[in-house]
Amino acid sequence: MMARAWGRTWFLAAAAVAAVGGVELAWPGTVARLTRGLVSADLLIRAGLFTVVLVGLNLLMGYAGQASLGQAAFYGLGAFASAIFTVRAQALGIPPSVAGAWWWPWLVMLLAAVAVGAFALGVGWVILRLRGHYLAMATLGLGIIVYIVLRENLGLPHLNLTGGFDGIVGVPRLRVGGAELWPVQVYYFVVWAAALGAMALGLNVVHSPAGRALRALHGSELAAESVGVDVGRLKAQIFALSAALASVAGSLYAHFQAAVVPDTFGFVPSLELVVMSAVGGMSSIWGAPLGALAVLLLEQLLRTHVLGFVPAVSGELEPVVFGLMLVVIMMFWPAGLVSSRRVQGAVWASR
Amino acid sequence: MSRDSLLRVERVTKAFDGLVALSEVSLEVRPGQIKGLIGPNGAGKTTLFNLIACCLAPSAGDIVFCGRSLVGLPPHRAAELGIARTFQNVQVFPGMTVLEHVLVGLHRQARAGLAACALQTVRLRRTERRLREEAEALLDRLDLLPWAEVPVETLPFGLLRRVELARALAVRPKLLLLDEPGSGLNPTEKQAMSQLVRGLRDEGITVFLVEHDMTMVMGLADEVAVLDHGSLLCEGPPQQVQRDPRVVAAYLGEGDDA
Amino acid sequence: MAEPATTELPARTVPGPRGPAAGAPAARRPSSRVLLGVGCALLLVFWALGRRLGYGLPEYLQLLVDGTVTGSVYALVAVGFVVVYRVTGVINFAQGAFVMLGPMLAITFFRALGGSGGLALAAAALAAVLATALVATAVHRLTLHPARAASPLTRIIITVGVYITLQGVALRVWGPRPYVMPAFSTLQMADRFVEVGGVTLQAQSLWVWGVGLLTVVGLVLFFEHTVVGKAMRACAVNRTAARLMGIRVDRMATLAFALAGVLGAVGGVVLAPSTRPTYDMGLDLGLKGFVAAIAGGLVSLPGAVAGGLVLGVLESLWAGVTVAGFKDLFAFVMLILLLLARPQGWLEGGHE
Repeated sequence: MMARAWGRTWFLAAAAVAAVGGVELAWPGTVARLTRGLVSADLLIRAGLFTVVLVGLNLLMGYAGQASLGQAAFYGLGAFASAIFTVRAQALGIPPSVAGAWWWPWLVMLLAAVAVGAFALGVGWVILRLRGHYLAMATLGLGIIVYIVLRENLGLPHLNLTGGFDGIVGVPRLRVGGAELWPVQVYYFVVWAAALGAMALGLNVVHSPAGRALRALHGSELAAESVGVDVGRLKAQIFALSAALASVAGSLYAHFQAAVVPDTFGFVPSLELVVMSAVGGMSSIWGAPLGALAVLLLEQLLRTHVLGFVPAVSGELEPVVFGLMLVVIMMFWPAGLVSSRRVQGAVWASR
Repeated sequence: MSRDSLLRVERVTKAFDGLVALSEVSLEVRPGQIKGLIGPNGAGKTTLFNLIACCLAPSAGDIVFCGRSLVGLPPHRAAELGIARTFQNVQVFPGMTVLEHVLVGLHRQARAGLAACALQTVRLRRTERRLREEAEALLDRLDLLPWAEVPVETLPFGLLRRVELARALAVRPKLLLLDEPGSGLNPTEKQAMSQLVRGLRDEGITVFLVEHDMTMVMGLADEVAVLDHGSLLCEGPPQQVQRDPRVVAAYLGEGDDA
Repeated sequence: MAEPATTELPARTVPGPRGPAAGAPAARRPSSRVLLGVGCALLLVFWALGRRLGYGLPEYLQLLVDGTVTGSVYALVAVGFVVVYRVTGVINFAQGAFVMLGPMLAITFFRALGGSGGLALAAAALAAVLATALVATAVHRLTLHPARAASPLTRIIITVGVYITLQGVALRVWGPRPYVMPAFSTLQMADRFVEVGGVTLQAQSLWVWGVGLLTVVGLVLFFEHTVVGKAMRACAVNRTAARLMGIRVDRMATLAFALAGVLGAVGGVVLAPSTRPTYDMGLDLGLKGFVAAIAGGLVSLPGAVAGGLVLGVLESLWAGVTVAGFKDLFAFVMLILLLLARPQGWLEGGHE
């Protein structure tokens, strides 16, 4: 029934992702040449990573209606967990036979996601009682707290686990058996497999009793509770799911970038996620990849095709453009690229 | 108090920041009856409903449903125990269809955790199909089937009251709390609503309702309780209550509210 | 009303639970018992951590006095939040940018005026404050006024966008390096120090207190004794009624932004000599001003002032006894605790 309705679009998307990846793999640099340097494998990987985060964020903000202005914190926790437990394994007393095994980073990624999810579940249980402005400010505060703790070495400077301002370098590439999942053209498949997986997961949630309950509590918590929906629990759970997804994306980012610094996960990155979510359309899972791609493309376009030609204007203007974009989109286009009605229409039409 | 009551409100007091909304109210609802609750504006009727639905906790006193105390339970637990409600100012889920409203009402039956939903287990799909059939049957009963796939915000108010009722019935309640089911409806719709409520009672659902329309409540209720300024004024069969001088005074004192 | 889930956040009607309390614009603070408990716990923590460093009364006194200086600035920023929130129902994130624009513009103007002399400094400071008020006016007219019907989250994000834009412009204009503002008393980089009862005081601190006090007193007089001020208060109490009485509510909203600009800029300017203003100083001061405003109940001017001072003192004590980098942690932990102390918010609704 419903599952097949979205399934078709999903498989088309998967096929498109695979096709682009295949071409890139066979003839590296093709995409960049075809788009005159606008799109690179690097950009596509970033888009994939953000897609994973945004699926969670859209479930949380678009469906459940709960603001999060600190989502980058969970992304950062995943990234730092992966970096710390691979690079600093020795200092943590993890035997080299384990830390050197190919499956170790994967296990860390999984455990980090579980831990971050559990952390969010606990925090969410408490702070999701807040609404509107207040929840927005609390999540913002939470994001900044996590950022400061990462930046300040978890308060344990003698151990130097997070590396402070400078972060951690030398995060190893992911491997399967003896094969390293690299160069970027290969890693692209890893990231997009995660992105498509996250989207499938998100679509499943949306088209399920839980998804219905999320939309219901968005509309009226009072009424949702009156028919037996455990609103507090469901909100905390969806917060945890979004955090766990962000954590996985963070881990994948750490292994991609090979270096992590706290500034990547601060206040502005959290807002950047909100912008992507808003641009793509919060109330749609498809808004996740679209929003990520649209914002990254726009940034790249500005960097290479607009600002690059204007003399004496460097990348410094990026925040201005980014801020203006945020304002303009929120003022004139708050529903984003994919308004859910269109998606719903598509779902109904194909059913 | 008789043993066979479904709901017993025992000396319940509720104060908001020192302002007493209900004081020492005791009443009971027996299974299979339609009980009306009336009173001038601000008498504490909706507060009492919120207490029964566990949206509020009483400052003092006890509320017993089917032999167990409801005090301290979260609202979704009240629904699980078999208390469903509608709202004075209709509470719908914008953007969701009529069918989806009923499906949310069936949420408890889906017994689907977030994990099962994210993985779309086979059992979940089977349940979903069964729930859909049940929801459609319910809509059919309330003559809502033609609007099943219509988003609620496009519906007129009269239908919204019925959508709320359908959603509440999806919970399969033992006790149905109706907060002004007739308000905003035209006379024809009111009659249909009364008919519907009687039908529910005949099926064994106990109904407790707040209503301002005296004609409607007196024609519908088996028993009526009157609240005024947070205390119970009197209780009894409609005819008797109507003649009670205290009730007349309370209403006259307030002006023509009813 | 459209999609199953628009960007709209739960604009849910207040359920019976809160009863008719929805209106009540009076300041509502977290219950005194909670605050007292938190306060005692904090003092205990400070004492325990301070003992490790061998602190005695003079050290604590110094930290306390230092705290009131930063606290005065937080108070000004917080009052800016409160004025805007009460009149427009918006939490104005761009407030931080106003705090940054004040000193940055003042320094620029001061240089343009020759870079010396008390008169030039005073003129530059005044011009900077007015210019910031102008920017704030423009911000309201160009962004929040057109979007006044949007949901709270949308509007909060708009103000965040404005903040990022203004900070970006500042980065472009002034670059990332810290600037220097001469101390008001010496008109040089080095300030005079005063010692009172074992507590060392920068002369600039006196300026901060004095100007802060004057500003707040001026604001109170404005609200109490001028027609426009009274009209703004009317808007804060009930926008619809104010509109019916012929008050141009949208103009009052713009004026509220202008006032917020003045308050932020004044706070930034008086603080500047004892810090090194940078293009990104607004984030920190803005957020902490917000925490102070929340601590004071978000709708109360005296509350905001008290909140600012208390936050400044507690943060100073905390910074004195903890690891250097953890200084900023305090305000944000307090933010979350304060929000949780009154989960339903200090004032339900409050939107157009």
